[in-house]
Amino acid sequence: MTIRTEPRRVARPLAPGREVTDALVVAPSQTTAGRARGVAPLRREGPEKLTGEAKYADDLVFPGAWYGATIRSTEAHARLLALDRDDGFDWSAVVLVTAADIPGDNVVSLISDDQPVLVPVGGEIQHHAEPLALLAAADRATLRAASHAIRPRTERLVPVFDPLASEHVFAHYEIGAGDVERGFAEAELVLEGTYRVGHQEQLYIENNAMIAVPRDDGGVTVHGSLQCPYYVHKALKRSLRLSDAQARVVQAETGGGFGGKEEYPSILAIHAALLARRCGRRVRMIYDRHEDIAATTKRHPAVVTHRTGIRRDGTLVAQDIDVVMDGGAYCTLTPVVLSRGALHAGGPYRCPNVRIRARATRTNTPPNGAFRGFGAPQTQFAAETHLNRVAETLDLSPLEIRRRNVYRPGDQTPTGQRLRESVAGEEVLERAAEAAEFERLRERTRRARVARGAAGPGATPLATAHDRTATGIGLALAWHGAGFTGSGEVKLASVVSLELTPAGAIRILTASTEMGQGTKTIFPQLVADALGVPYEAVEIAPQDTAFVPDSGPTVASRTAMVVGGLLLQAAARLRGRVEEATGGAFAETYPAWAAVNGPVRIDQRFEPYPGVHFDDETYRGDAYPAYGWAACVATVEVDLDTGEVSVLDVVAADDVGRVIHPVLAEGQVEGGTLQAVGYATIEEMKLEDGRYLNDRLATYLIPTALDAPRITSILVEAPFSGAPHGAKGVGELPMDVGAPAVVAAIHDAVGVWIHDLPATPERILAALGVTARPEEPGREGTAPAVRAATDAADTAREVREPIRAGTDPRPEARTDPLPLRGPQPEGEPDWPSEDDR
Amino acid sequence: MNVRMLVNGAPVEIDVPGMRRLLDVLREDLGLTGTKEGCGEGECGACSVILDGQVVDACLVPVSQADGSTVRTVEGLAPTPGGGAGDRRLDELQQAFLETGGAQCGICTPGMLMAARAYLDAGGGPDEAAIREAIAGNLCRCTGYTKIVEAIARAAAGGAA
Repeated sequence: MTIRTEPRRVARPLAPGREVTDALVVAPSQTTAGRARGVAPLRREGPEKLTGEAKYADDLVFPGAWYGATIRSTEAHARLLALDRDDGFDWSAVVLVTAADIPGDNVVSLISDDQPVLVPVGGEIQHHAEPLALLAAADRATLRAASHAIRPRTERLVPVFDPLASEHVFAHYEIGAGDVERGFAEAELVLEGTYRVGHQEQLYIENNAMIAVPRDDGGVTVHGSLQCPYYVHKALKRSLRLSDAQARVVQAETGGGFGGKEEYPSILAIHAALLARRCGRRVRMIYDRHEDIAATTKRHPAVVTHRTGIRRDGTLVAQDIDVVMDGGAYCTLTPVVLSRGALHAGGPYRCPNVRIRARATRTNTPPNGAFRGFGAPQTQFAAETHLNRVAETLDLSPLEIRRRNVYRPGDQTPTGQRLRESVAGEEVLERAAEAAEFERLRERTRRARVARGAAGPGATPLATAHDRTATGIGLALAWHGAGFTGSGEVKLASVVSLELTPAGAIRILTASTEMGQGTKTIFPQLVADALGVPYEAVEIAPQDTAFVPDSGPTVASRTAMVVGGLLLQAAARLRGRVEEATGGAFAETYPAWAAVNGPVRIDQRFEPYPGVHFDDETYRGDAYPAYGWAACVATVEVDLDTGEVSVLDVVAADDVGRVIHPVLAEGQVEGGTLQAVGYATIEEMKLEDGRYLNDRLATYLIPTALDAPRITSILVEAPFSGAPHGAKGVGELPMDVGAPAVVAAIHDAVGVWIHDLPATPERILAALGVTARPEEPGREGTAPAVRAATDAADTAREVREPIRAGTDPRPEARTDPLPLRGPQPEGEPDWPSEDDR
Repeated sequence: MNVRMLVNGAPVEIDVPGMRRLLDVLREDLGLTGTKEGCGEGECGACSVILDGQVVDACLVPVSQADGSTVRTVEGLAPTPGGGAGDRRLDELQQAFLETGGAQCGICTPGMLMAARAYLDAGGGPDEAAIREAIAGNLCRCTGYTKIVEAIARAAAGGAA
């Protein structure tokens, strides 16, 4: 595929498998023909992955390597008094590392220095499964025996599990525009609601894994499964007191990350390195699934409360939004997750009066961290579900209310950012709705619902004589800031390099990792296109800190946009230099020129996008250089006896700025959509005393091929002029819209709103009044007595926190529309009325 | 115990504890690391291999049960397994995965390929529902399964699509 480097001004859809055309949809039944395009290059590392030759961390053989293990806490909050060793065990066969053995700082940190590498004796254990000590042995059996021969002695402390009650605040933000109180005074209707989401596990199929190899210079080389080589590099240097050269980080083939390998590999690398140093041998630390789920980061649980003022015609006039995220026991990336969540909390809608207050607090649960979407899926689930309830109250179509409020070019966001270009919310909305035949199918499901509702007095949507299932269709729309938030990219100042060797090899050097999304394919594709050479002529160097510069972490959907953009700039410089010298086309002249003048290395450093400014102190300005836009229409079937949901079909329209590789871009949309479907329907961590109860793959379920809907992806291109190729990134977009679309479809099927994710059969049956209400997501399973005390605490807290006044988050509180003025809207919904709890 | 197997067409005789997992024998004793471990309890299917024509999770099979059996792993799919640089060959199923984008991070891919190969060898066709059923024991977190189903359907249709 040709990469156009001249951004077009008007968004035009690019249909999968076709030329640019208005015929957008590939029929979902077309599974055999026409979906794969021969034009784009094939995945660069694909053959190795398909033959089993690709080497993931656990596949790497290091003769003589010992095995490492972690001794973890079994309490959520305690003081570590001692590590008692069984005298009967032969300790000469193993090495033990405690906090006292850490040569550098006992800290692993991205933002705040609060998390220890190992809890020291005398220190506080802050969460279940926290690392206390490390062991290594020559064989697994000895290692296992040693693990059982060491017992932490602790003194239990009172844990905090409720993020609403926690007084330790990691971060808080207030974002505002206009005058919210005046907005509510002008509103004809005010609607309130509280929405809750729980933890979600990234569940990459390859567990976290790291192997440390001692170096002759006293340093250490680690080989591991990771997203961000330079995060690991920095962490190793600090805790082991190493120089830049003494710490070397090599990415092994990585079996999925999704944010889960953004930060956690740093502590794992330190652990492996400490053991390797101590025993003077190579040490393998390969987590099994149980340890990986029990100990590593999850998506942040959140409680989001909306109070929205609307005019009768559906125009938003006021949004008052309160976001509380549960950070877990340590700060990790929580402030930036919260920031992104808060900045996206209003959804992609124009509103003159907005107040968004967000805080993240500490609880004695394992730390939460990055997961695809990074705070935005949580807040946009709430925003979209709430907007659908607004539409229902006004008897407006979900499509129509979005048409009336979606951002258009020239609109201003709550941070005062003027959306000048690359604004495609309307486009993706219309494309998805049209392709899914949203209004037509919605009318059909409405009729079916009315027919079921007419079954007679006392009939519930479930109590019907004939139907065993009900079908529903739902819509959601979202925006997603491209790249780092605020001034993040400016601070990162990423560097990429492009090399031309005397032998004529063109080599890309970046720290951007391949974890399935296609980095190793699109980078050579972009550079080859910019240089006018074949794809095969461009090599990509391994992600090894000994060779590649720090091009920043592989996160935030920034790789294609930011790092890809830098490579295009570097390629343009290289091409210019050669062509200036030779007077001929680069492709024709570079081999001979390089033989005489090589090697040449072009370093390209990130420069701020022109006209993009953000003030981190005031939270005013351009929160992101550009936004991607996503719409999703989901069709579900709800079993009327059991409340089980099958998601049958999803149509996703995503504006990615510019499609670089259609197959890979579709792959991102499809994969992200299914993760969102899992988030919406089945994925839930249960906690007891701060411990994840379902910390195995047998109990934490993700969708199988049979659970997966047919997914149709429509790629829309509204280029961003700040990037030379116009790309904005794709990875996180689909994660924002899937869950609210599914929940809207469930409502369309059975007439109840599910406020808490996931929408399990238990929650659906409870909403229908059939069974008792289950636990809130992300919270402790608590005994009735404790629950009563918690409720009392909730009430007390409301007095202290004015924002919660009138938005009682307790289960029994109604959050029905509160008409402030004017008559009730005419044309009541014609499906059975329900208590929306 | 002394275990004899035919692994990817090659006779293997190995002296190992009978309860050693087939997965560990393949990965550690025979160096066939293409077969992956995702959960160790038979939930994810990353360790799927074909044992006497049946797809099994190699993490759940004690090697004593594989004694006298034929085992096929991802390394045994291509006509010239592990072919040298520049001469790597893929079978039509692997080629279909490559072309449709059925492999992303690649960690589920070997197991997925083995489940698909067993389905095709049993005469499975390009029917979407049947393909989804055939790979229901293999979890993928990257693709949403869309392109995996396409790839298997394409291979089932003779790669002509």
